[in-house]
Parts: sequence; C-alpha cells; structure tokens
Amino acid sequence: MRAGVLRTGALSVRHVFSVRVGPVGFRIGSDWRAPIAALERVYAAYPAPHGGIADFSVRLFAARPWRRFVRPAVMIGGDYVLPEAAPLPLAQGLLAAEMGMNLQMALGQRHYLLLHAAVVEREGQAMILTGASGAGKSTLAALLSLRGWRLMADEFALIDPRTGLVHAFPRAVSLKNAGVATIAAEVPERRLGPLLAHTPKGTIRHLIPDTTAVAKMDCPARPAAILFPSFGYARATRAVLPSEVFVRLTQASTNYVALGERGFDTLTRMVTTLPAFAIDYPDTNTAIDQVEAAWAAL
Amino acid sequence: MGRAVDGWLLASVMRTPARAADLEAAGWTGLIAIARAEQMIGTLAARLQGLAVPAQVARILDDARTSAAQGQIAATWEAEVARRVLSHVGERLILLKGTAFAVAGLRAGLGRSIGDLDILVPKDALARVEAALLDAGWEWVKPDPYDDAYYRTWMHELPPLIHRDRDRMIDVHHTILPPTARITPDPVALLGDAVEIAPGMFALSPLDMLVHAAAHLLADGDLAGGMRNLWDVHCLIEECGTDGLEERARHHGLEREVARAVRLATALYGKEGSVGVVDRIYLFRLTARDEWGRATRPVTRMAFYIRSHWLRMPPGLLARHLWTKWRGGGAGPSSG
Repeated sequence: MRAGVLRTGALSVRHVFSVRVGPVGFRIGSDWRAPIAALERVYAAYPAPHGGIADFSVRLFAARPWRRFVRPAVMIGGDYVLPEAAPLPLAQGLLAAEMGMNLQMALGQRHYLLLHAAVVEREGQAMILTGASGAGKSTLAALLSLRGWRLMADEFALIDPRTGLVHAFPRAVSLKNAGVATIAAEVPERRLGPLLAHTPKGTIRHLIPDTTAVAKMDCPARPAAILFPSFGYARATRAVLPSEVFVRLTQASTNYVALGERGFDTLTRMVTTLPAFAIDYPDTNTAIDQVEAAWAAL
Repeated sequence: MGRAVDGWLLASVMRTPARAADLEAAGWTGLIAIARAEQMIGTLAARLQGLAVPAQVARILDDARTSAAQGQIAATWEAEVARRVLSHVGERLILLKGTAFAVAGLRAGLGRSIGDLDILVPKDALARVEAALLDAGWEWVKPDPYDDAYYRTWMHELPPLIHRDRDRMIDVHHTILPPTARITPDPVALLGDAVEIAPGMFALSPLDMLVHAAAHLLADGDLAGGMRNLWDVHCLIEECGTDGLEERARHHGLEREVARAVRLATALYGKEGSVGVVDRIYLFRLTARDEWGRATRPVTRMAFYIRSHWLRMPPGLLARHLWTKWRGGGAGPSSG
C-alpha cells in the first residue's frame, strides 16, 4: 500500500493511492482527499503493486473545477471508461473508487477469464458462487469467510486460461441492503467501512477481508464446484446441466467474447469438469447449511 | 520532478525502444496510461517485444499482444463476412485503415487495435451495397433523423451500420473526404489502383494509403487519435517508401496535408527532421496527454476541434450544423 501526493503543475492529480489486490495492481488518483483516506483504511493491510507498476489507473475527478467544492460530484475515469456514467456524491467516494476498479477489470482485463462471482476456498479447493445481482453472493461469501472458509473474491473470479486455476481477488466485500445488518451483527466495527446510504445500489457497506484472505491472496486454488444461489425461495438444491451452466457463465463473464478461443476453451473445461448446483434459500443460515452439504457430497 | 510527462514519452519509446530501459516505475505507469489513451498499447507491446522489461510490464504487454491478436482475428473475420456479402452484388471488398494493414501483413498493422470495419465502394454502388448489408444483418445505429440525413447528404460515408449478432460496426465510404470539404480527392483513381492483398480482398495502393491517412488526420478530424495515425504513416513510409508520393498527393489535391503528415510522423517517430512553427502547434496538440493518460491542453484541443468543422463544411452549413447540435446538446470535443 502506498499513498502520496503527486504534483505536475497546474493539472495535478492531488491524491494518489496504489494497491495490489491478488495479481492486479491499481493506481487511484483523486481530486479529493476523502476517497483516498477511505481506501487507505479499507486496504491498510494490502501491498503495493509489483515493482510499483499498476496494471490499471482509476481517476476520481470533478466534472467541472468548481464541483470540487460546490455540491462535489465524483466522476469515474481511468484507462477504460464507459461513456455517460453518472457521477456520485463525494460521500460515496469509496464506492466510486470501487466502481472504477471494477470497470478497469470488466473492460480491460485480458489475462484471466472474468466471472462475476464470489469465491471461497477450503483445503485448496475453490467454490464459485455466481448469479444475478441480489442473489446473495456477497453476503454468503462474507458469512462463509466467518465460518472457516478463505474469502478469495466477492466480485470477480479470475480464471487462468493456461492452468484452469482460480486466482484470488479479495477486494473489500460490498455488502448491500439487508446483507449489511446480517454481517455487521457478526464482526467488530473495525472490519467495516463507512455506511454508504442512498447509493444507486441502495445501502452499501464494505467488509474488510480478514488477515488470511490478504495473507494468502497469492495462492490460487483449483475450482471444485459452481453454485448458483438464489435468495428468497423455499429450500431446494438441484444439479444444473452443463449446457445451462455454460450459458449462465457466458452471461456472468465480462470478457468471454474478448478472449475468443481462450475464453471458449476455459469455459468448456470448467463446464465439463465441475459439478454445478442451484441453491434456492429462504435465509442465510439455510444457505450455509446447503453449501456445506453440497461440499460434503463432492 | 523534471519535465512534465506528455505524449512525447510514448513517441520517444516507439522511436527508440531501447529508451524504455531508462524508465522507472512511474515512467512505465505513465507510458502505459498514455498508450492506452491513444489506443496504442498493442502497438507499443509489439514494438517492445523481445526487450527486457520489468516483470509486471512484461505481463501487461503480453496481455496487450494477445488482446491485439484476438482483435485482428475478429476484424479479419468481419472483413471476410463483408467480402461474401459484397460478392453477391458484384462488388470488390476494398479495405481501408487498420483492417487493410492487418490483412496485408503491413508493419503498421503489428499490434494495432482495430475498431470498425472501413471499406470503400464506388458511389454508384452505395445503394446496392447498403441493401445487401441490411439484408445480411447489419442495422442502423443512428436513431436521430437529423444525423441520418446529415450523413446521407454531406458525408463521404453511409451512416454507420452495426451487425445485430456480432455487434461490429461497418463504415461504408465512397471517397476519403466529405463532399463538403474544400479538397476533393479522386475516388476513381483510389478504386482503380486498389491492389489485391488476400484472395478477394483489396486495399488502396500504398501511396493512396498514405494519402488517405494524411487526409483523415489533417483535412477531416480534430487530430484525435493522431499519434496512432502518424504511427501508421511512419510505418507505411518505412515499408513502402515515398517514391511518387508527392505527385499522387497533388493528384488528390492533398499535397500540403501529405507533406505535413510526413513531417509530423518524422518528428514523432523518425529521424530528426525540420519542423516549422505551425508543425509545432500540431505536435503540441498531438502529444496533449499527462501521465494519467488524461487529455490536456484544452484550449489547443478546442481550437483544433473548431478547425475540423471549418475544414469539413462551408460557413453557412457549419453554423446550421452547430446550431442543431447545440440545441440537441451533442456538440463538443471528446474528453478523455
């Protein structure tokens, strides 16, 4: 982890923070101090990018110079950007930084096949939890990390096309809405980021990954199973056919098309070798129980 | 901190890859950000292949090379699909810009990112080609009737079409500058001298490729993407030479633009050449990036943006166009 002030004349990027999460280095520059201070706290235990060279740059900047001070609104920029992304209020600067990092990965990452998924690991074996937003991936991954599993990822599973291994990308876990209270009841205050209310995704609070997640983030794992959790249904577990898994994973990937043949080969190998289960659950305790049962049956 | 970082960092490493050995971590980070912003990361990666670089940089460049190679596979396939469609209406596929460089195996194509498929067809074949493309799954992307009408009346290409399955854009040109521009290149000569670069696929002659690159950069646009364009020019000169270039440029009415493009490409990527005061202003605009890849020098950028419209349209049409665009809230230089 490294923070500092970089000046290059009139158009300076005022505040800079560099961090490595798993194999990926980020450089985050900001017109304001507050988002950088939040990142410094959340990522205090993380190292700097390898050799001080970041894979991706993210910028948080004011749309107009005066918007640094008057109703400050944070625009998200970087190596890769989406046109017409809406700005966020300064109080949600940490969320803006996280979204900026996600964007670089989603649009720029070509080393790994990316799956929008949470990943937990036990005994060198990884379980991939994927599904639509609101399916409960983050809450489930956070809870599993409090029940003896290693948290490998909350947002993106990084699959190496060369080896088929999943690499850890343990960013702060983005807890949303009901998930915030569920996790807050189980962890000390120092493990949580600031409460971000009224964001475009509702209430958000970040869980700071535990020391094991950070200490072991350079250890990849062998994928062992794919789970598709769905929150809000009666308890049910069913096996998912490879054809359906394939379609769901292409939808869950941000760079499947861009990787071309490598993406197809990687996904085909996963789909034909890994068991997959859909898990419907009415509450998180039931879900944990179902995950453990699925794990025991592997 | 010494001299502020700008696009010259990228230019100097492209010119002399060995200079990369002097870079420290901050220099590499800036170089990579600028190369990405100028859509030259793949070109840079191709240029630095085989050189000893820090491990983290090697990884980033390796990914960029793989990504560029995949992009060229997709672009080549897109050209092949277009070739089949055009063959049904008896037209040759004449590729322009990036896809032409890649298919022809030219140095300018090494690691180059390729966005849209740009092709050239005779003006009297436009309607046939358009109908054939629509029939084969391409669709309009400009929902605004003003934009659509504008393209059809005043532009040198059809409104862009996008393929509904592959999500890829095609630009169908009938010449290389808008009919409203003061300069009128000779499209018959462009078509007549096209050369076959792969079975059933054609490109402009090397001299016309140079003329087109210069026209696109200096007689049409606001210099956005100019560093990449001039790298194309530099590579074409190195590989194909400039014999007959002046005469060909004069034939198309583009001798000033071509001469300037050659001088600017040489200044950025070639051996020491002489540049005048006006060239320096162009170079100031072309290298307007900072170590975050941000667009800098907004006043100069705006000046070139206004110039691009001035070149493209007579004053009356320009006023009408800007008025319509301003009311629609669309006009203004791209920020980055």
